[in-house]
Amino acid sequence: MNALRIDTRGVHLSIGTHAVLYNVDVQLYAGEVVALVGPNGAGKSTLLHLLAGDRAPSSGTVELDGRPLSSYRPRELARLRAVLTQSNEVSFPFSVGAVVAMGRAPWAGASTAEEDDNQIDNAMRDAELEGFGGRNVPELSGGERARVAYARVRAQACDILMLDEPTASLDIRHQERLMQQLRAHAANGGSAIVVLHDLNLAASYADRIVLLESGRVRSDGPPSVLTPELLSAVYNYPISIHTLAGTEHRVVHPERPRILPAANSTTPEEHATRV
Amino acid sequence: MTATVRLGEVGAEAKARSGARLHAAPAHRRRVAIVTGALAVGLAALAIVSAGTGQLAIPASEVAGSIAAHINSALAGIGLDAIKVPVLAVPQHPNADATLWIVRFPRIAMAMVVGAALAVAGVVMQGVFRNPLAEPGIVGVSSGAAVGASAVIVFGAAGLNPLVAPAFAFLGGLAATFLVYFAARAEGRTEVVTLVLTGIAVNAVAGAGIAFLTFAGTTQQREQIVFWQLGSLNGSRWQDVAIVLPVAIVGIIGSVLMAGRLDLLSLGERQARHLGVDVERTRIVGIVLVAVLTAAAVALCGIIAFVGLVIPHLMRMVLGPGHHALIPTSALGGSLLLLAADLGARTAVPYAELPIGMLTAIVGGPFFFWLLRRTRLKSGGWG
Repeated sequence: MNALRIDTRGVHLSIGTHAVLYNVDVQLYAGEVVALVGPNGAGKSTLLHLLAGDRAPSSGTVELDGRPLSSYRPRELARLRAVLTQSNEVSFPFSVGAVVAMGRAPWAGASTAEEDDNQIDNAMRDAELEGFGGRNVPELSGGERARVAYARVRAQACDILMLDEPTASLDIRHQERLMQQLRAHAANGGSAIVVLHDLNLAASYADRIVLLESGRVRSDGPPSVLTPELLSAVYNYPISIHTLAGTEHRVVHPERPRILPAANSTTPEEHATRV
Repeated sequence: MTATVRLGEVGAEAKARSGARLHAAPAHRRRVAIVTGALAVGLAALAIVSAGTGQLAIPASEVAGSIAAHINSALAGIGLDAIKVPVLAVPQHPNADATLWIVRFPRIAMAMVVGAALAVAGVVMQGVFRNPLAEPGIVGVSSGAAVGASAVIVFGAAGLNPLVAPAFAFLGGLAATFLVYFAARAEGRTEVVTLVLTGIAVNAVAGAGIAFLTFAGTTQQREQIVFWQLGSLNGSRWQDVAIVLPVAIVGIIGSVLMAGRLDLLSLGERQARHLGVDVERTRIVGIVLVAVLTAAAVALCGIIAFVGLVIPHLMRMVLGPGHHALIPTSALGGSLLLLAADLGARTAVPYAELPIGMLTAIVGGPFFFWLLRRTRLKSGGWG
């Protein structure tokens, strides 16, 4: 069994009078990719905030390598885990190169300039940002900015990656590349916990999927635990799962009404009333 | 598997290109060195020109000669007679030496120190607020400091100790900065609208405080407050420089030390924390530094607004937003700007002294407006 890195036990979190997380137990082991999935407002991002140490649970414990998360100093934590948040706005026009290099900040005094340069180069390559080094971040498109943030997180070179919807604004190529890189990271003994909306990505690349519903863990296990019945119930929408012919790839498919307009079709208004 | 092969090819191609990024760093360093050198030379030249300009005109060679002579006597005073700086020319007018050393040099030194303090206060404030429009004068920190200093004038405590006025200015500025910071922030950043509106509120309250103190003071104190509010370097003495200089130096060094953390803070507060920054501490230290630097400037010279807005912005356009280069060059730029403004203030109208705060506001007001419009256009709203 691989080493247990992150362990949360009986975590509750209330914001105001509203319980956001309820009795959550989640583990992250070395060498695995865990996907956090669930409907909007299920508490995925909030759980990631807790694991990252951004906020403390109302009750319950979050431990990293057997020590309570709150006992770590920020610098210490920054050498163990890197976090990619959902939005990554840079408030001044820093260049791509400068932002990615900031990922090395936690290692100041502990790594050589050569090591820093290598990590930055690798991260730029992972995010396919070669040639972007001199461009200013605010000039980039949304997807490119997301890749800059991802490269910054990779440059931090931590064992544990926590990513909040890293694929949300990426094109298919970069989504797949990113997930493949997470697999490679796990194969090297690292671990990653990733909030995903795309259930296909989760089912294809994660070792384990944690399905959250209204702040509770509804299921936690390998992708095979996701059944059409479970997903349909949690997402409150008819969902089917197919196996791609000749492969072991499972495809999660939301049932879709036939909405493609036929010749001489109805107007959008008429259509809307029919649906 | 095919994907892996393709990635490998991309990687090899990347290796050749990524060299460009690494070589960009020395180019930037060279640029910083050139700008720093140009600012320093400009500052020295302007100081000599400024020292020679006034009712009693003194040629630059005589100004340089007078400085050399004073250096020589200082060296002799500490037993280093052997070292002599060549004296090019000796001031011809009998009062020239006294004019330089009693009136003009302290004033020039004061302009440079105050300009540097205000510009660096602007940089730090913009970094901590994550907003390029934050500036001590605009958001009310200067007014807060002014209330503290006015209170000292009215309650006559200024005579007790020359440090009382700066201390009260610091407390007033600190209170105003904390107020603006916590009032204008939402979800880890300050929006332009909230910031400017909070600034209006703080300026209004501070204005009421100053109005009350003006009302409570004697005629002479009133005059003192009014003129001091306009901002002026008139009548600066070496004693004043001796108070302001150490405070400004502490503030500027403190700011340089937090340059790296200010860079990281521009990624966002959570993001900075994820990169190992103790965000809470950085915030507090930043706010205290802004208050210290603003108080250093305001306590003796009154409200001189917009230096902290114009200079950091210009430096950012030339050198980029990295704080390691931005802080020292802004200090030099602020010195240069205020020295030039002060030269204008005391020579524009013969035999009269324009308030320097008025001059910086004439330039700074429209500049602020232009920035505001640009920010609005760029973000498509008042973000």
